Amino acid sequence: MSDPTLFQYVLGLADDQLVLGHRLSQWTGRAPILEEELALGNIALDLIGQARGLYQYAGALEGAGRDEDALAYHRDARGYLNLTLVEQPNGDFAQTIARQLFYTAMALPFWQAMTASTDQRLAAVAAKAEKETAYHLRHATEWTARLGDGTDESHRRMQAAINQLWAFTGELFEMIAAEAGLAAAGIAPDRKTLRAAWDRTIDATLSDASLTRPDDSWMAEGGRDGLHGEDLGHMLAEMQSLQRMHPGLQW
Amino acid sequence: MSDRARLPLWEVFIRPRNGLAHRHVGSVHASDAEMALMAARDVYTRRGEGRSIWVAPASAIAASDPDEKAEMFDPADDKTYRQPTDYHVPEEVGDM
Repeated sequence: MSDPTLFQYVLGLADDQLVLGHRLSQWTGRAPILEEELALGNIALDLIGQARGLYQYAGALEGAGRDEDALAYHRDARGYLNLTLVEQPNGDFAQTIARQLFYTAMALPFWQAMTASTDQRLAAVAAKAEKETAYHLRHATEWTARLGDGTDESHRRMQAAINQLWAFTGELFEMIAAEAGLAAAGIAPDRKTLRAAWDRTIDATLSDASLTRPDDSWMAEGGRDGLHGEDLGHMLAEMQSLQRMHPGLQW
Repeated sequence: MSDRARLPLWEVFIRPRNGLAHRHVGSVHASDAEMALMAARDVYTRRGEGRSIWVAPASAIAASDPDEKAEMFDPADDKTYRQPTDYHVPEEVGDM
């Protein structure tokens, strides 16, 4: 089986989940409280689980004998097709929560729509991801409300995080060239249709948290073409170091 | 951790998959009930243990005084007639 169009699309989805999952795993040992350490670790494991299912499918679509580990550990940043939002560094806790809020407010309606995909593998991944993502969104919105309505310091940090990451939200609704065809075939959700649900979630959450929605201005792009910031390279170097030194190493 | 010290303590009760009653499993720190429920979910149900969670402020639990345990509990020690094993069931009764 070889389907380059669908392969590229599924690989981008897998990269979104893996990069965000790995970012969250970097909180391990550094989270503000034990409870949150486990919460972020749980979310990371959900995302990495979603990534595994997608990489396995991508490997089958490519038909070149690459398995999930080959795809995750033996591609450089230039070959990663994730959204630039998910590769942004953890920053302070507010930045991590803002990144979670922006991504997950898109991911929930995305997976909900994907459950109706005509592609059975993608529909199956979506059915599991939908439940996991619903909890991730709850986690992000509850924390946004508490940080926004907490102390002067937490409010200032949360608003700064919202402002800083806003430029990475435009890409959430960008369709790659191949994606329109997949949407027309009922395989992929049309990202333009996710915008209204995202706006509702973001506006309600920011309003509850006494935070201000930034004005749209310059928006980052290029993640789906493999164009990333410097931070992704550093993250991948660390994440891939063991497999690069000992290819095929198993637990 | 000073930040942690400012967060109230909540006692966590989980009703297991096959159980009928919630059981005390431990505690979490959280700013309010909603956050305590999420923390309890993330800390205590990671291996599929739970089907329902209760959280209660630890400060709302009234506890017996350990210094009074003699007067509280010792009087029950010698009342074996309150134990079902204290009674002999006649053979004529058969299986109960």
